[in-house]
Parts: sequence; C-alpha cells; structure tokens
Amino acid sequence: MKFGIVVFPGSNCDHDAYHAASVNAGFGAQYLWHKDTLIPDDIDCIILPGGFSYGDYLRCGAVAQFSPLMKEVKKFGESGKYVVGICNGFQILTETGMLPGALLKNENLNFICKDTNLKVISNDSAFTSAYNKGDIINIPIAHGEGNYYADDDTLKMLEDENLIVFKYSSPDGIIEKQYNPNGSVNNIAGIISKKGNILGMMPHPERYSDTQLGCDDGISIFKSIARSLS
Amino acid sequence: MNKYKANIKITLREGILDVQGKTVEHALHSIGFESMSAVRIGKFVTLEIKAESETAATYQIENACKQIIANPIIEDYSIEITKAE
Repeated sequence: MKFGIVVFPGSNCDHDAYHAASVNAGFGAQYLWHKDTLIPDDIDCIILPGGFSYGDYLRCGAVAQFSPLMKEVKKFGESGKYVVGICNGFQILTETGMLPGALLKNENLNFICKDTNLKVISNDSAFTSAYNKGDIINIPIAHGEGNYYADDDTLKMLEDENLIVFKYSSPDGIIEKQYNPNGSVNNIAGIISKKGNILGMMPHPERYSDTQLGCDDGISIFKSIARSLS
Repeated sequence: MNKYKANIKITLREGILDVQGKTVEHALHSIGFESMSAVRIGKFVTLEIKAESETAATYQIENACKQIIANPIIEDYSIEITKAE
C-alpha cells in the first residue's frame, strides 16, 4: 500500500500527510511534484494535502486544478482508484468537479483553527470502514473557506446515496447548527464521490494521527484505505 | 486581429448568503447609513484579448469564465467588452 502526496506551490500539510501515512499508519508514501506528468504505477491512493496552493489566488483550489499532475489525478480518480482531498485538497476536488458542491467563506468570516467533533455518518466506504457508524471522532479544522455548499438537488443526492461520511456534531453526536463551525449546509464535513473512491473533507485527519500530538482519531482513515485494498 | 478590453464582474449567485456583504451592510447601518441594504461583494477582473471580432472575443472569454475565472456552481458573471485603442 502506497500513498502519493501531491505537492503544490503553497501546500503546507504535505509533510504531515506523509508522516501520518508512513510513520503513523506504517504504509509506503511518496511525494509527487505538481509539475510531474506521471503517477507511478505503485501508487494506490493520491492525497491532495491542505495548504494554500497557488496562494489561494482567485478562489481556493481554482488554479491548482490546472497543474499538469492534476490531469493525471483526474484520470486516476476516473479509473476508480482512491483519491483523498483534505482541506485545500477538498477545495481542489470541488473546483475540478471530481466532487460536487463548493466551499464558501466561513459563515462568521473568521479563519477557524480548532478541534471539532465529527460524527461518522457512514462507515460503508473505503475511507471509513475502520470506524463504526455513529462514532464521534476528534479531528481539527484550520480553514477560512470551509463552508460547504451544494444546491438542493445535489444535497438530496448526497443524502439519498449515502455519500456524506462525516458531519460536525456535539461530543455526544448531536448534529445541530450550534456545533457547526463554519456554516456548512447540513453540518457536512466530508463527502465521497458516487463511485465511492474519492473522499473530500475539510478537517485534517493527518494532524491527529499520532498519540504524541494528543489524538490519533484520524489514523483510521489511512487504515480503512489499506483495508479496502487488501 | 483586433484588440479588445473586457471587464468581468463576478458575484455570488443570488440565493447564496454573501457573508462579506452582510458584514459590510451591518457596518454601514452602524455608522448611520440605515437606508442601504442588499450589499453584495464580488470580484472584478479586467483583461485584454486579441480576436477577429467582438463575438469571437466574447466567446473565448465566456469559456474562460466557465473554466477558471468564475465557479458557476456558486458565482454569476457578466462580461463587458470594448474595443481597445
């Protein structure tokens, strides 16, 4: 099992993702430069890490989608292989259309950096199978534009097809507006694609994958992916 | 080939809460401009383009707007073209 972590100019969670995938979860990991035009054959899962790719100019993720490697990442995703977008990576996935919806400015206009409780809405996915449905996990967020938006039809499709994997909740799993840090519609924190092979989430599992950092609730995402490949 | 100048105005689509606009609206009210409402904030992009005609220029800019300049899921855009000197 090997992760490929794409490095854009302005990525700043690439090393955290590498550390979580390799040192914490114990899998292979390799950086992939955004100007490369080839994804090595032994890569099983691409991670688009957090950060501020291309300075977030124009819109978050808008410019990164045209990096040469992103063409290959699109093909990789279309072929059914696994792609994970975390924070800025999620924004890139929505900009490319690999995931539906868009990320707007946080409702309170603040950049928010704090721990959040996420409820595992579905563990019937390649990314969440190592959790139990209904688990409450602690994963930090750090973003200014994480307010997930989708129109009513898209939202209905996401709910009906069980594509929402994480929602912001209280510590005991109550999903209400007051536990929503950024204004995301229906408290959505993470979604998967229709085929189930692409995950986008605003919270940072790679930052909580090491007990030395206080929490390793995020590591199960990496373990779920490996499990689904075996 | 002619040279044209385009002004592109991008705003959040109607119906999407514009939190920046709301914040500015509150600020306006707090300093006495209570008569102002429906404040919305957008982006303004200008560019120059060489094209055979205004129609051809507009066509290309429309494509650019759909692909990168705006995100049609959340934004509306309008294009204003003038012939450059």
